[in-house]
Amino acid sequence: MASAPTSKYNSHSLENESIKRGTFFILIDKEVIYICPFNGPIKGRVYITNYRLYLRSLETDSALILDVPLGVISRIEKMGGATSRGENSYGLDITCKVRDSVLSYEGHSRRDMFEILTRYAFPLAHSLPIFAFLNEEKFNVDGWMVYNPVEEYRRQGLPNHHWRITFINKCYELCDTYPALLVVPYRASDDDLRRVATFRSRNRIPVLSWIHPENKTVIVRCSQPLVGMSGKRNKDDEKYLDVIRETNRQISKLTIYDARPNVNAVANKATGGGYESDDAYHNAELFFLDIHNIHVMRESLKKVKDIVYPNVEESHWLSSLESTHWLEHIKLVLTGAIQVADKVSSGKSSVLVHCSDGWDRTAQLTSLAMLMLDSYYRSIEGFEILVQKEWISFGHKFASFPTAFEFNERFLITILDHLYSCRFGTFLYNCESVREKQKVTERTVSLWSLINSNKDKFKNPFYTKEINRVLYPVASMRHLELWVNYYIRWNPRIKQQQPNPVEQRYVELLALRDEYIQRLEELQLASSAKLSDPSPSPSSPSQMMPHVHTHF
Amino acid sequence: MLGKGVVGGGGGTKAPKPSFVSYVRPEEIHTNEKEVTEKEVTLHLLPGEQLLCEASTVLKYVQEDSCQRGIYGKLVCTDFKIAFLGDDESALDNDETQFKNKVIGENDITLHCVDQIYGVFDEKKKPLFGQLKKYPEKLIIHCKDLRVFHFGLRYTKEEEVKRIVSGIIHHTQAPKLLKRLFLFSYATAAQNNTATDPKNHTVMFDTLKDWCWELERTKGNVKYKAVSVNEGYKVSDRLPAYFVVPTPLPEEDVRCFQGRGIPIWCWSCHNGCALLKMSALPKEQDDGLLQIQKSFLDGIYKTVHRPPYEIVKTEDLSSNFLSLQDIQTAYSKFKQLFLIDNSTEFWDTDIKWFSLLESSSWLDIIRRCLKKAIEITECLEAQNMNVLLLEENASDLCCLLSSLVQVMMDPHCRTRVGFQSLVQKEWIMGGHCFLDRCNHLRQSDKEEVPVFLLFLDCVWQLAHQHPPAFDFTETYLTVLSDSLYIPIFSTFFFNSPHQKDTNMGRESQDTQSKPLNLLTVWDWSVQFEPKAQMLLKNPLYVEKPKLDKGQRKGTRFKHQRQLSLPLTQSKSSPKRGFFREETDHLIKNLLGKRISKLINSSDELQDNFREFYESWHSKPTDYHGLLLPHIEGPEIKVWAQRYLRWIPEAQILGGGRVATMSKLLEMMEEVEHLQEKIDERHHSQGALPAEAPSLLRSSARLSSLFPFALLQRHSSKPVLPTSGWKALGDEEDLAKREDEFVDLGDV
Repeated sequence: MASAPTSKYNSHSLENESIKRGTFFILIDKEVIYICPFNGPIKGRVYITNYRLYLRSLETDSALILDVPLGVISRIEKMGGATSRGENSYGLDITCKVRDSVLSYEGHSRRDMFEILTRYAFPLAHSLPIFAFLNEEKFNVDGWMVYNPVEEYRRQGLPNHHWRITFINKCYELCDTYPALLVVPYRASDDDLRRVATFRSRNRIPVLSWIHPENKTVIVRCSQPLVGMSGKRNKDDEKYLDVIRETNRQISKLTIYDARPNVNAVANKATGGGYESDDAYHNAELFFLDIHNIHVMRESLKKVKDIVYPNVEESHWLSSLESTHWLEHIKLVLTGAIQVADKVSSGKSSVLVHCSDGWDRTAQLTSLAMLMLDSYYRSIEGFEILVQKEWISFGHKFASFPTAFEFNERFLITILDHLYSCRFGTFLYNCESVREKQKVTERTVSLWSLINSNKDKFKNPFYTKEINRVLYPVASMRHLELWVNYYIRWNPRIKQQQPNPVEQRYVELLALRDEYIQRLEELQLASSAKLSDPSPSPSSPSQMMPHVHTHF
Repeated sequence: MLGKGVVGGGGGTKAPKPSFVSYVRPEEIHTNEKEVTEKEVTLHLLPGEQLLCEASTVLKYVQEDSCQRGIYGKLVCTDFKIAFLGDDESALDNDETQFKNKVIGENDITLHCVDQIYGVFDEKKKPLFGQLKKYPEKLIIHCKDLRVFHFGLRYTKEEEVKRIVSGIIHHTQAPKLLKRLFLFSYATAAQNNTATDPKNHTVMFDTLKDWCWELERTKGNVKYKAVSVNEGYKVSDRLPAYFVVPTPLPEEDVRCFQGRGIPIWCWSCHNGCALLKMSALPKEQDDGLLQIQKSFLDGIYKTVHRPPYEIVKTEDLSSNFLSLQDIQTAYSKFKQLFLIDNSTEFWDTDIKWFSLLESSSWLDIIRRCLKKAIEITECLEAQNMNVLLLEENASDLCCLLSSLVQVMMDPHCRTRVGFQSLVQKEWIMGGHCFLDRCNHLRQSDKEEVPVFLLFLDCVWQLAHQHPPAFDFTETYLTVLSDSLYIPIFSTFFFNSPHQKDTNMGRESQDTQSKPLNLLTVWDWSVQFEPKAQMLLKNPLYVEKPKLDKGQRKGTRFKHQRQLSLPLTQSKSSPKRGFFREETDHLIKNLLGKRISKLINSSDELQDNFREFYESWHSKPTDYHGLLLPHIEGPEIKVWAQRYLRWIPEAQILGGGRVATMSKLLEMMEEVEHLQEKIDERHHSQGALPAEAPSLLRSSARLSSLFPFALLQRHSSKPVLPTSGWKALGDEEDLAKREDEFVDLGDV
């Protein structure tokens, strides 16, 4: 059942499909009725491959109306059945992550479809390989080469007198969720690190994320200290933080940003966690950033989904949006990141960021702060490195700086899409140690291969490289908007102009400029040639050269 | 630094604590009075302008980087404006100041621009009006263009405080006579100053010729005629001297009810359908009179219902649409969101911003206007019907909707000249009572309704959604809205053309000289230098390519084809109906609640309006054709440039749409420059022309609120919120949960 050869269906395979090799099987090919949330029932033909489900309308110019990688599916349910009156109505209700839920109906043999979908949408539960391991796409760039930690640290000028690279975690024995290569204070020995690790949740010790090129202040990330109810102290940890503080020869205190709300940090003591107290850490100043945990964020995102699907609220849009708290969360994360960036940029002090495990909120804060501080991360490759290095889930709030980023919105959306698609190995598994065990880099393709071999598609033409420019967004609700092009992109009623007319005009102008520059060069050549050959030029210049205002 | 007392300390970098206030009251800081010196700044007076009162050693507060500074200077009040004369260095050496208004300086407030005056007494803010018993230590002026001025009077002599405060209150709040408007003193004194190009080709609609021209332009002359029955305002003082009615309509009919009950032409669509307006007949109790009215209206309807006239759809705006009261209430709530005293207030309201915005209903009113305009457009365009707008005086919502429909349907109205002509036609000649609606004479607060501003905001929504479709920029719309309060232009200072003409005429008889030469707002050179006027022109706008006569016919046809959408009949597919039946049982059986929501939404689709709206939006936009706005929740936005421009916290340096637009302008200049160079090569001329100076040159860090933005220090300090998190409510449980080890790969 599983492997009908592709050739038979070639005419149906996606025109712009780059997955061509023998890894792609058509599993199902059936006529169904699709209940479109926006336009009602549509007759269509559904195709299910081992990578995706897609549906072509049989009514209107056979448009592709659905195209979802199976990895995005989060739930499949059978619906209906034979009624007492003998009517047959069978259906499948398919719910997707991120995207809206999808409903599909099939005549009689829904069992096939249900089973196949379940198997391939949840391969691990059926001991099947994740699609990324089957994908044999070839790109002319190897995205796995993009991030080389040693090179990235070298770019930052590391190691230096105060910071060293350590291989203590080479086999992930110090901390199984940390990468193999870490940057730590020169004055801290590997033994010191081991002792500090005992006092940090999941052994996630403070390690360097970024160093300011001039004032040498640093951003350091870690997990919470294991203070507990009794208020335990650890001399090594206290000393270690002091060593970090001293690396840039600042007399001021080390600033600790605890991403959590104060109450949550206190509550964490009950489970053995906590935060750095004033008593124990004399040379540190602690601030809470009030960012909520992943559960709250997830709930909030679910509410966003509710207000945009299937209908977008009209007159109560603003209060519904407010009630999701989503933009409020974004505001808080941004505010926190601005504070981290400002502290470091002004050279006032080094910054240590943690939440509970230093996993989600910490990564958001450090990567956003780095995006503000270091223009390198605003280039395509820099951003890829940042994602690879710090893990980051969003970036569109920087839309308010349309000339500061090398990449465009499509780049961000592509990354988000493939977060769940399972087509690439980039976002598989939790940490470096598991990825290495699974040989992800050898057995899968990197998302960056797709992007970097086609960079033009992801470039922002307005990008102006400004080295050392610190970007400070304004973390006010008055500036925050829901990312309509991402969250509401499936709704045909909210259709953004693509491409953006300002961008389109600019690209036209760029082309015109290049053309003129080339002509000018030719003219220069011709005029120097004319000195030797005095024959008149064939056409009059005004004919050749339409004026700007008539040109576009 | 002369005359500058630095009285505040910044705290923007401190971490926000709930109690943290970044705003330091200058009163709390001791200022050495000996240092208080004033640098003389001369008062610039317009022709005819007179100084009324003044006060020295006034401290003007400047908001910046979430702290406040003060500048000492003189506060004066003339019969035209309130002005602060101080040595404000911040205004110098700046890109922004190149967009300077020649009439109104940065620290000038025209008397008509004053909205509300407050006094601070023992740290308490109270509104000021009438006779005062006690004089405040601080004066706060809220302006109609949403600026907020704080003037400290602590160091001012007592008698000067009395004089300036009572002077300002009297001259801005006491009811005025029309004759006392500064407009007349100015016009008399500036009699000989003739502007270079007073109208910029704007059609004023004050002659029969102008109306004939408009009829011809829209091909309305087949079925409609311009009449001069109201010449000298013999019939009505609400109607203009010349206007347009259906050709068969007898002129006597116009006289019957002083022009009421008459369908008056606004505009003709390419398919021959017309947009008409009518003011209601007087309300009568008497049966006999009602009978007369009824038969009169019957006669009128017979005239316009007969071929060649299309079926008429009547839109009664007095009963089925927004009321003026709605608009007034909404705007007075809405504007309060922007009249912000300090940074603390900004951040305190930030968390609730969306619900505050929604509870004002201003954006919803905009949406309703846009929606109504789309409905009217659908009738004209897709249903081939005439639309008759009905309103008591046909001079408020009629003006708004007829001009909005024309902006959407007639690309000519999206050029600057076309837009200005439209405002002349529908608003000025249409008899919109600007004097009352702006409350220029302070005679009745009840009458003050920002109908014209609402129109500009609707146009802004369209322009914002379709950037290449308009010849002018949002800056143009903003300065136009500001011009409502500048009493040197006659445009917005009369209730009707009749009122304007009679007041000018009598004046001229009294002085036995030629009639007053009043300025029109359309002469932008009065307010802006040519360089600044560049910012009113949209670089993205492309004029419609002009073709020679032979080709024109063909394109006209093509243009029409593009405009006209398939009729609704052919569009609604019978297949869907059949199909619906087929799937009905499926839907009922299978899909309980969850899907019923979806099915309802597709029922709505049957609606003509939806069909028209969605069909238009699913096609690529022709910027020279019909233009419809998006009206979904997220698409209606706050016109940041107009409403947020004076709030330092609201701007993003080097950000916003301004950033891409300035890149675009730079590139345009570069291309033009290259083109010149190539041309020169061909003409073998040696010397290169000097590079044209650009307003936007080296503009990487322009404010997102360019060219306004008060904060001009281009600080590198980030702006940080000072207020915390709102209660989470039902999410409290989740908030307490432990973080978990989450793999995004299998969420």
